[in-house]
Amino acid sequence: MFITRKAEFSASHICRVPSLNDAENQKLFGPGANPNGHGHNYIVEVTVEGDPDPRTGMVMDLKDLKQILEEEVVTPMDHRFLNYEVPPFDRVIPTAENVAAEIWRRLDPRIGRPGAKLAKVRLFETADLYVDVTRGSGSL
Amino acid sequence: MTSVTRRYHFSASHRLHLRDLSEAENEQLYGKCNNPYGHGHDYVLDVTAQGTVDPVTGQVVTRHELDRLVREQILNVFEHRNINLDVQQFENSVPTTENIALVIADLLREQWSAYVSSPARLSRIHIQETDRNGFEVLIPSAQGESEESREPEVVGVHG
Repeated sequence: MFITRKAEFSASHICRVPSLNDAENQKLFGPGANPNGHGHNYIVEVTVEGDPDPRTGMVMDLKDLKQILEEEVVTPMDHRFLNYEVPPFDRVIPTAENVAAEIWRRLDPRIGRPGAKLAKVRLFETADLYVDVTRGSGSL
Repeated sequence: MTSVTRRYHFSASHRLHLRDLSEAENEQLYGKCNNPYGHGHDYVLDVTAQGTVDPVTGQVVTRHELDRLVREQILNVFEHRNINLDVQQFENSVPTTENIALVIADLLREQWSAYVSSPARLSRIHIQETDRNGFEVLIPSAQGESEESREPEVVGVHG
């Protein structure tokens, strides 16, 4: 069984490859390469897989999941400039793919417990663009 | 794997009608969708590319490449059209959203490599016909499968 919890955070970012010039970055990232940055209202949907505990009837206590999301994602990323304030995005381009992968990396060790494990991170950058990371997606 | 889904919108009309059935049989099969003058929807199309994240660009797929593919090959064909009359693939087939999804999946598969420069592959399309009707086509990965067995199929109709 899968359970999904949603959280929101708003943040700014710049998508640029430092070794490329302005025209090349513009070609790769479009307006996302603006050197002054821009922002999004990100929505993250976290899916946990497991069997309901026979006593509690829950795969995982959603209060715990909410708390983990707050600590690992919302508090560090909400109303921040990802490139300047949230490692590893001082070194890693904060594309939707890389932000989703980082969220996976932060959540996976905290969610894993007997009978439940992280199954999917879905990150909406806008209403028309989202990224799914599942187990086996690999590291950055 | 990581997948990136881009969402697109088009509005079009259609009529569900089989020529070899009587009016009464068509009415029974398709109900209101058989209205002789047709009707329309604001379709929402999700296109999913699956692959590894490029270590330099941080992307699975370059957005504008995917956008240009969908704009030129899909939206230009379907946007503000009468699907029965204006889209050649439906000259002899009924434009249920299942069939529309399969036609779109085929068009995208055929044209994918002409537009998308990264190794990402088309893995899924999803069409929302109305808030209550969704249709999904999963495209199996090529690994260990012959070309013949990779035909996409409608796997989910979400009512």
